[in-house]
Amino acid sequence: MRNLIDILDLDVREIDALIKRANDIIERPDAYREICRYKKLATLFFEPSTRTRLSFEAAMLELGGQVLGFSEAASYSSAKGESVSDTVRVVSCYADVIAMRHPKEGAPLVASMAASVPIINAGDGGHNHPTQTLTDLLTISREKGRLDHLTVGLCGDLKFGRTVHSLISALSRYEGVRFVLISPEELRLPDYIKQDILEEKGLKYLETESLEQVMPELDILYMTRVQRERFFNEEDYLRLRDSYILTPDKLTTAKSDLSVMHPLPRVNEISTAVDADPRACYFRQALNGKYIRMALILALLGL
Amino acid sequence: MHIDEIQNGIVLDHITAGKAMEIYHFLELDGRDCPVAILQNVGSRKMGRKDIIKIDAPIDTDLNVLAVLCPGITVNVIRDGVRVEKKALTLPPEVKDVIKCKNPRCITTTEQELPHIFRLTGAKTPVYRCIYCETKA
Repeated sequence: MRNLIDILDLDVREIDALIKRANDIIERPDAYREICRYKKLATLFFEPSTRTRLSFEAAMLELGGQVLGFSEAASYSSAKGESVSDTVRVVSCYADVIAMRHPKEGAPLVASMAASVPIINAGDGGHNHPTQTLTDLLTISREKGRLDHLTVGLCGDLKFGRTVHSLISALSRYEGVRFVLISPEELRLPDYIKQDILEEKGLKYLETESLEQVMPELDILYMTRVQRERFFNEEDYLRLRDSYILTPDKLTTAKSDLSVMHPLPRVNEISTAVDADPRACYFRQALNGKYIRMALILALLGL
Repeated sequence: MHIDEIQNGIVLDHITAGKAMEIYHFLELDGRDCPVAILQNVGSRKMGRKDIIKIDAPIDTDLNVLAVLCPGITVNVIRDGVRVEKKALTLPPEVKDVIKCKNPRCITTTEQELPHIFRLTGAKTPVYRCIYCETKA
């Protein structure tokens, strides 16, 4: 493994190895405290994403390494018109691995072609965000003990939600995964994903507008935010918004071992009253994000 | 209208009406000193209207790329005034600077020196996708 640009850069075996390593880090944190001593991670964030950046930085610091970088393009020379390729060529001289967030789709791929150190895509516009998907896979694996034979409900904005698209791509490689796609008509999963991934691989899926109706069958419920700006009119938004808010009430028919996930940040799509429910695992998911990034950094550094 | 038959060269037939000039420029025919005939809006039983380009000289460019620019185009090779081959074009697995990415969020829109590279994907229907943002051509 040289770079991580797209989750599909990793085969199932490599993903399993990362999950295994992350679990080992969780169990034996002391064994990893100094492993990246004298190594540096550069976080090049051409657009702000505090949560992802902190997760990467915390990951490197916990491995005993150091971090440098910038958190918005205005503070770096790209504001003066420098190309992505030139930027990463320069940063390759100062760091051992680079995590890059960029508003333009494909920028991390361009970076990987020019850099002499590994590039991690930390999100490129609405395109890819592979470390979020790795976070989700580690979470599912830890919560359920497996990544196969699961009924996975994806709820909310399935049209624009890149985390949902990547998660479907990644999970579609495991046996017996069934998807339940819960969204308003306006925000359904795009046809090309249904055709190229689900139908191509002969995977079972169900589309519905009602969360309540399918709740009892779900092993995983992956919530996403229904954003006001995605709707043509306020009336539709207000009508649909509440049907995709998860409340303790709606969870009464769910399985006792359901796992409720969310990539965060949450706005109002999961009521805070759900947080105390042991089935809510979105904060554990955020913690897992740090561990899987630690495993990824180690893999890319060959440690 | 009478156009002389060509002797040694190629005839590009079944070009979508209106696309002849795009192909003319792509093949850089303006820089060649051989006779070239461009026929536009010719009646066609199959297509209604079509364009044709006749080039009276052999061409060594990989013509498979033409199938990307203009699906349905046919290439006839002429030798001594006779058609000796009707080339079947196959879509190349990757094309560079043939088509441009139209996605305004693609990195190619801000970094204009980047080559526009598209790869052939899709198991059932072949589709070219930008290697950077995966948008369809």
